[in-house]
Amino acid sequence: MENLLQQLLNGVTWGSIYALIALGYTMVYGVLRLINFAHGEVYMIGAMSGFYVARALGLGVEPSLLGLIGVLVASMAICGVLGATIERVAYRPLRGAGRLAPLITAIGVSLFLQNAGQLVFGADPKFFPPLLRASEVFRAGHVAITNIQLTVLVTALLLMGALEFIVQRTRFGRAMRAVAYDAPAAALMGVPVDRVISGTFVLGSVLAAAAGILVGLSNPKIDPLMGLMPGLKAFVAAVLGGIGSVPGAMVGGLLLGVIETLVTGYLSSTYRDAIAFVILVVILLYRPTGLFGAPQTEKV
Amino acid sequence: MRGVLRAAVLGLSLASAAIGCSGGSGGGDSIVVGHVASMTGDTATFGRSADQGMRMAIEEINAKGGVLGKKLDLVTEDDRSVTEEARTAAQKLLQRDRVIALLGEVASSRSLAAGPEAERAKVPMISPGSTNPKVTEGKEYVFRACFIDPFQGAVMARFAAQELHAKRLAILFDFKQDYSVGLAEFFRETVKKDGGEIVADERYTSGDIEFRAQLTTIRAANPDAIFVPGYYTELGLIAKQARELGITVPLLGGDGWDSEKTLEIGGSAVEGYYFSTHYAADSTDPRVQEFVKRFGEKYGGTPDAMAALGYDTARILADALTRAGSTEGPKLRDAIAATQNFEGVTGKITIDEHHNARKDAVVLKIEGGKFRFYRNVSAE
Amino acid sequence: MNPTRLAQVGVALAVLAGLHWLVPLGLNAYYVTILSRIGIAVVAAVSLQLVNGFTGQFSIGHAGFMALGAYSSAAFSVYLGAGLLDAAGDAGLARLLYFPLPLVCGGLVAAAAGLVVAVPALRLRGDYLAIATLGAGEIIRIAILNVDAVGGARGFSLAAADHPLIDLRFDSLAGVYGVAALTVLAIARLVYSGGGLAFRAVREDEVAAESLGIPTTRVKVEAFLVASFFAGVAGALFAHSEGYIHTNSFSFVRSFELVAFVVLGGLGSLSGAILAAATLTAAPELLRGLGEWRMVLYAVLLIATMILRPQGLLGQRELLHFGRKHGAPRSE
Repeated sequence: MENLLQQLLNGVTWGSIYALIALGYTMVYGVLRLINFAHGEVYMIGAMSGFYVARALGLGVEPSLLGLIGVLVASMAICGVLGATIERVAYRPLRGAGRLAPLITAIGVSLFLQNAGQLVFGADPKFFPPLLRASEVFRAGHVAITNIQLTVLVTALLLMGALEFIVQRTRFGRAMRAVAYDAPAAALMGVPVDRVISGTFVLGSVLAAAAGILVGLSNPKIDPLMGLMPGLKAFVAAVLGGIGSVPGAMVGGLLLGVIETLVTGYLSSTYRDAIAFVILVVILLYRPTGLFGAPQTEKV
Repeated sequence: MRGVLRAAVLGLSLASAAIGCSGGSGGGDSIVVGHVASMTGDTATFGRSADQGMRMAIEEINAKGGVLGKKLDLVTEDDRSVTEEARTAAQKLLQRDRVIALLGEVASSRSLAAGPEAERAKVPMISPGSTNPKVTEGKEYVFRACFIDPFQGAVMARFAAQELHAKRLAILFDFKQDYSVGLAEFFRETVKKDGGEIVADERYTSGDIEFRAQLTTIRAANPDAIFVPGYYTELGLIAKQARELGITVPLLGGDGWDSEKTLEIGGSAVEGYYFSTHYAADSTDPRVQEFVKRFGEKYGGTPDAMAALGYDTARILADALTRAGSTEGPKLRDAIAATQNFEGVTGKITIDEHHNARKDAVVLKIEGGKFRFYRNVSAE
Repeated sequence: MNPTRLAQVGVALAVLAGLHWLVPLGLNAYYVTILSRIGIAVVAAVSLQLVNGFTGQFSIGHAGFMALGAYSSAAFSVYLGAGLLDAAGDAGLARLLYFPLPLVCGGLVAAAAGLVVAVPALRLRGDYLAIATLGAGEIIRIAILNVDAVGGARGFSLAAADHPLIDLRFDSLAGVYGVAALTVLAIARLVYSGGGLAFRAVREDEVAAESLGIPTTRVKVEAFLVASFFAGVAGALFAHSEGYIHTNSFSFVRSFELVAFVVLGGLGSLSGAILAAATLTAAPELLRGLGEWRMVLYAVLLIATMILRPQGLLGQRELLHFGRKHGAPRSE
């Protein structure tokens, strides 16, 4: 039983990373009906930029909460800009060009970032400086949680809460929802669609950057290809929750993390990666709109 | 019709091939030797250390006049720590650079990928550090300068039982690497044979960063020690996460741990762990100390096992070349096979009939943030 | 057979003979390998073109079918073929007759998988289909990774333990290019025939096609089946010319490469796919030092093409008319 609790804890912590990344996918899909394949790479850039910022500021020799926050903010800013740039350069020219062209372009951007990343950062894995010294915070029998895991969970939840607030309680959020619901109508109503879309990308990228830093904290190995698998899995999480649905992405991410961890712990880690794709295929076949999504009919 | 199209494609490629075709091996005054190495990627320190060791050896040999009246020239091809790339790297060295011998690889999976190329080209290949028995099995031209995993697995199994009095063992191995799979297998066999119990048998894949699920399962099985026969990159993270989960029993490993990165990544988490490897830098053997000193002067830092093995391997090759009196594949192969009691910094090396080296192993302990010699285990 | 046709076949055979015997004399093995890889890339690209370009279904997990073809044909050769060849004394004729077997085996296994994937997946549209195929490709790859009989995570070598003297590799350029030519022909005939118009109808407007009585799902599944068959054949060729396979060669990076060939050549052009596959496979191998930049180049090319020239190099045009009546628009 304790084992199960610990595994659930592991799963939820890991899943919150997926959730943060999945939110970016889901929001962009909501406003643009585009699967932003490059999103996983934004997460990678988040981790990488955090690494370099930490190094530049001389952090990591001494653990420092302030340092962590600084790195987080810096990396979020960098990725926000990156996200907006990608949208402007690669996707905006293709607005209205059907579904295929943007998809291919997205794949192209993803490949570009991965490989340029290998050239710029070097293909060797880097090790995130320990910005927090790992220590046990709480223990009930055999179930332990460290300060790092706690940090990941709390930060992720805070960010998700902030996002939910933005989406539901601010004008920008309302504009986002309007564009997602019916972009031409929103434009007619005076909503600055281009800016909203840019803003959506920024929001998503900011969350992905945070995910990158949190992973750097809890699983300190980072490399230019680290975004590939988590990106795909986060996408699966978004689909699982219902693509286009913000709470869906959160739940989907956590759920996927838990399932993966349980499968790895109780069955075998060799199926870890396959699980996500099996879930994907099953969901697409039996409930393509996901857990929280509404069924969509196609207009002829 | 379709012939036209095919001819066009062919013509294009042939033309560019003809332009690029001026490649080929070096001139007549040097002997070109190839090194397939993981110079970048997950296990980059292995390739780099081995390369450094080899180059130092070759420099020393060339300073004394070279071999067969010519200088040795080492061409290194990076396989980026990727298995199939090792094969491509070997191909490039054999076909494009026309090397007369292949050195490498350190990782068993990659030696297994490159080996068949050497066999096909009838060019001898010596692996400095691949320990999986399959690397040389059934091969005529592939050799190794190190011990093999049936020995290494038994070393750690016996160490756990005798030294640590561990009866309940857990294993966490890398399912993607032949080295790890093989070593885990031999460890398991020996433990069972000696009456111990494997209480948990978990696996991961190279490249993984999250091990808490497997470690939690292992923790629940309450082992006395955990055998992690993987490579240093994952080991560092595993150690950290194990400590975070409150695992206090020692982790044991094999020569895949032998890299400064283990200390760098693992930090305080790897304190008090043990692993088997090919040599100890703090050994009192004067030959080792001399080597360590010269290495430090040339490159700075302390040579790890792969550097030492690279050094020995290059020297074995040079020695074999001298004895063979020729760079021809079959003759060189026979000379390598006849290597007897070669004095290396990693011990006295004799190549046996399976093309493997019978050598002692050492167990190192990680203490005070350094690798420290703990025990010698004889090859008998 | 009429005389022109006879002449064509004669030329073809002569070219093949030249490929088999003359070219390896002139070029060293490294370059022969590159030519071989070009041929294989052509087969794979053309097969994907059928689904993506002609039928308009976005499949981005094609490497999974290549993997199945590679592994099943390799297993066939290692476990069955070695014995067969040994029994036949390993004579040249026996090898020639044997050669199609593992290819067909690979193709059939891949096609079977194609069927399993297609029937449920083709109910989806656009990006959902793309993701589903990506997922399928990955599931296939990971599943193979877990099969120990074909080497599992350590890769599979085409070496039969019981018959160590038999070399199972077929690295004949003639073989590769012969198969490539047959593939191109087959797909061209399929697409540029009367019945083949259905593929393009489905691509242009699926709802309209359905309302005209075209069984769109069946057409899509058919395209998928044929495409995965030939992808399997490409995989089998790959396995037999490399002599060692690892699932890492069939990851989604490979799938994306194939997508790149098809898109850059022009979605809907066989000649485009062939040219793109040939050029993009050959270029980085020959321009040494471009190695690391190759994928960056692909990516930039993909992006630039989609923004600036979405129809790719040739759009839907062909360099050779593969069928007069229902052929691709030449110059209208």
